[in-house]
Amino acid sequence: MYEFNYQKAGSVADAAAKVAGADDGTLMAGGMTLIPTLKQRLAMPSDVVDIGQLADLQGISVAGGKVSIGSMTTHDTVANSADVKGAIPALAVLASGIGDPMVRNRGTMGGSVANNDPAADYPGAVLGLGATVVTDKREIAGDAFFTGMFETALDEGEIITRIDFPVPTKAAYTKFPNPASRYAIVGVFVAQTADGVRVAVTGAGGTAFRATEMEAALNANFSPSALDGISVSSDGLNKDIHASAEYRAHLIGVMAKRAVAACG
Amino acid sequence: MASVSMTINGKQVSGEVEGRTLLVEFLREHQRLTGTHVGCDTTQCGACTIHMNGEAVKSCTMLAVQAEGADVSTIEGLANGDELHPMQEAFREHHGLQCGFCTPGMIMSATALAKRNPSPSEDDVRHWLEGNLCRCTGYHNIVKAVMAGARAMNA
Repeated sequence: MYEFNYQKAGSVADAAAKVAGADDGTLMAGGMTLIPTLKQRLAMPSDVVDIGQLADLQGISVAGGKVSIGSMTTHDTVANSADVKGAIPALAVLASGIGDPMVRNRGTMGGSVANNDPAADYPGAVLGLGATVVTDKREIAGDAFFTGMFETALDEGEIITRIDFPVPTKAAYTKFPNPASRYAIVGVFVAQTADGVRVAVTGAGGTAFRATEMEAALNANFSPSALDGISVSSDGLNKDIHASAEYRAHLIGVMAKRAVAACG
Repeated sequence: MASVSMTINGKQVSGEVEGRTLLVEFLREHQRLTGTHVGCDTTQCGACTIHMNGEAVKSCTMLAVQAEGADVSTIEGLANGDELHPMQEAFREHHGLQCGFCTPGMIMSATALAKRNPSPSEDDVRHWLEGNLCRCTGYHNIVKAVMAGARAMNA
């Protein structure tokens, strides 16, 4: 294992100070991505500042038409939360399909969103529901948060404290998982919201994006058949040993139709 | 070096570790609890599965210092003397192993499932075991063992 200086944060402010005070500090949430990354020396920070255990970053509350989830809340907690299942069942379904049970017991929503792996599930929900990412410094609109592959609008050392998800009229998330890792080869989050239909695609591109042509078609007619004839360009989509860009483009249409159907 | 204390299989232990020391290294090399295996060391195979505060986690993807103050159980803590735990007995009875390398992780994962779901279906078991890889059995007898073991644990 790569050698680093481990520091446990006592609070969000303490974590920010510890990262700022380190030569090259990094934050650790559940560690489900960071620890394997450190083993492979794909990240070589001087200091790892652990915020995973901070109590004020845990928990779920529903009020004022939104579900607020503390950034260090685990996927397992979200998947099994009666509040989440009641308000946004699609979000519980999404969380229940991340990785495997052991990963869900440690991995966190904030860690996933901050890392912005192109194949992660949560970016689909943040974009698809038009969520707000709340940090120790400001609020960032979901639409402005994901800026590129593993890139976000977060400043160096900025800490996500919670994410607020507006409760939609209907929503569903459907993914075509890699059968080994359960990462999304393509995942599509569809939501009917107060501001119209939102369709967010994860896994297919360098970062999650909205399928605006599909949104327009579904605003006119919210049914799977409304997506007939809409093809997504494979330009710029991911290609790897699991799926070509053309295959991913095709899957976007298939997953979107299934998600619309699952909205009922 | 940092000092770390935790309860392992009901016994209070402490030791000096580096920040980078993995929990599985602390269990195997410091505590000599070698029943917990390292298969892939990349969070995929689940051979290192243990329970921390009652929930299954992969001990190769946690630092020992992250388990500070935790209640840890490993495969060594399951049997009662010579009497196998019901899940171990179910694996024996249903031939849920061949080489046995994945078995400690399988059993720790299975007992976590049984605590949540006293009577899991075949689908429930197969979905739950997505994080535990076996390269011998083809899973068929493991699934049978987990279903039987869960019922025996909750009988």
